[in-house]
Amino acid sequence: MKQFLSFIKKEFLHIWRDKRTMFILLGMPVVQIIIFGFALTNEVKNSKIAILDNAKDAASTSLMTELNASRYFEIEKNLYSYNEIEAEFKKGKIKLAVVIPQQFASDLQHFNKAQVQLIADASDPNTANQLTNYATAVIMDYQKRITNDRKLPYTINVEIRNLYNPQLKGAYNFVPGVMAMVLLLVCTMMTAITIVKEKEMGTMEIMLVSPMKPQMVVIAKAVPYLVLSAVNISSILLLSRFVLDVPINGSLVLLLFESILFILVSLSLGLLISSAAASQQTAMFISLVGMFLPTIMLSGFMFPIENMPLPLRIVSNMVPAKWYFTIVKSVMIKGIGFHAIWKETLVLTGMMLFFLTVAIKKFKIRLA
Amino acid sequence: MSAVVVENIIKTYGKKKEVTALQDISFEVKPGELYGIIGPDGAGKTSLFRILTTLLLADSGNAIVDGFDVVKDYKEIRKRVGYMPGKFSLYQDLSVEENLNFFATIFNTTIQQNYDLIKDIYQQIKPFKRRKAGKLSGGMKQKLALSCALIHRPSVLFLDEPTTGVDAVSRKEFWEMLKRLKEQGITILVSTPYMDEAGLCDKVALIQTGKILSINRPQGIVDDYKKPLWAVKSPNMLQLLNELKEKNEVEDIYPFGEYHHLVLKNNIKKEELEQWIRQSTTETVTVEAVRPDIEDCFISLMKN
Repeated sequence: MKQFLSFIKKEFLHIWRDKRTMFILLGMPVVQIIIFGFALTNEVKNSKIAILDNAKDAASTSLMTELNASRYFEIEKNLYSYNEIEAEFKKGKIKLAVVIPQQFASDLQHFNKAQVQLIADASDPNTANQLTNYATAVIMDYQKRITNDRKLPYTINVEIRNLYNPQLKGAYNFVPGVMAMVLLLVCTMMTAITIVKEKEMGTMEIMLVSPMKPQMVVIAKAVPYLVLSAVNISSILLLSRFVLDVPINGSLVLLLFESILFILVSLSLGLLISSAAASQQTAMFISLVGMFLPTIMLSGFMFPIENMPLPLRIVSNMVPAKWYFTIVKSVMIKGIGFHAIWKETLVLTGMMLFFLTVAIKKFKIRLA
Repeated sequence: MSAVVVENIIKTYGKKKEVTALQDISFEVKPGELYGIIGPDGAGKTSLFRILTTLLLADSGNAIVDGFDVVKDYKEIRKRVGYMPGKFSLYQDLSVEENLNFFATIFNTTIQQNYDLIKDIYQQIKPFKRRKAGKLSGGMKQKLALSCALIHRPSVLFLDEPTTGVDAVSRKEFWEMLKRLKEQGITILVSTPYMDEAGLCDKVALIQTGKILSINRPQGIVDDYKKPLWAVKSPNMLQLLNELKEKNEVEDIYPFGEYHHLVLKNNIKKEELEQWIRQSTTETVTVEAVRPDIEDCFISLMKN
């Protein structure tokens, strides 16, 4: 036991003395949360639009004011002919053009019907889609208001409620994603690298010719990263709660418990990689390509898994982060209890046992 | 009982076993002996040490260290041997004291408990005990590595090329340290590519391309050298070497310090030799009969 503690102390010293790496490990989650929270967002805010108002009547003016007033749009320019539209798009400043036809108001009044054309820059399809949706919504609102005093036959009013995230904030999605990413990076990559480093530096050679059990060497190496990850989880949760206003709706204890389970899965994966890799570069490469990319692409964090073809959906089941991502979303955002996530928990537990068994079985008690 | 017994060890590398590192090696080390494994780079010294310290498995053959089999009882061996690899393998970012403390704890002991054993060595690096191991000079690194390998009072100490890359003064100091350790009853196996260090061992095994050429006391190896050996010198050493190489009477000639060592097939008198050399060169040549040292023996063994 004394050996074990002394080894852990040594491991902490390694981390503590390598200040640069330590700051990266502890600072990374903070920076990621801040970048994802404030800079990298796919929410549409204050998009610049151009308006070609051929009517210039009361109705068109109030529609324009309505668009300008919404937080999604900002009128950049008023155009005077249809030909100007493409030139404006080519300048790249505007993302959407709204064309209001002549006699907009009178058409509305006399035929109960008028047309508005939305032209979007679809070189970025997601943004184009969102912008046209928002613009449609604004126009619909406007229509509802002016028809309020009249009775229309057969109207179906669609009322939308976005549960768990009424404001459709991106943070609700990326906080669980960043948690999965950071834990994976710190636990899997760093554990794999430090064990391989001992091999590379030759210190593993001496450690093997000692009474210390090889399994103990490996487990002792994992402990400091467990602690580091716990610090990271806390900083992510604090930042997302108090800076990004993402609530923790479910049980905090359950969330922490599931996080520790995921950390253990990542650590065992790191141990597994370390037994296969011969150099620090290989360890890093396997961790990045083998773990980090699938985590970003196949966990449901960036791209919805439901839209993927069947083979990818099957592969995504093997990515531990996918299960953890679902768990965090359920507990943190939806606020549901253990009964809803026992299946995911079971899968993660199974993965951990599998990786750990293979890692310990594969651990070399000799050099070759 | 012998401290180390090696029987018919064969070790190959590669998928098709195409590289042979050790070919049927056998030897025995008595308790308390200072045993030298001497051979050039690539002779198989490190492979042998790794097999004996249970780090590698031999293809065939047995080895017993301190009464334990290196394959079956590897755990016992790991508790009781000290091992200093050829490459400096301590934690570079830990200080001298931290390294020593760490290794003491790993071996379930404390620095105080065995301080008498490492005192002589450790005292020389004690002034730098707060310095990071990576920032020590070569000689100090080696002293620290030796202290760490000794901290648990091992019964057998394996030193793999401890003096490679260390200056002449530190090398001499190091061998003096080994002698004192030997007096404490520790069996020491040391490998080195330096022939001049062979004379400092109790017994040496000369090894080349995985084969043992000779096992003997250093004096014994020299005594076994029966051929006539001469040291020759002239202002134009290269010409002398090339000319004498062609002669039928010459078995071997090789540069040796400021002389060439000349091995003849038959015994002749000094005057005869001088006269015989003068026939082939106009330069003034100095000739002297010399007693062979280990290096001459090794060169001769290598050629056979």
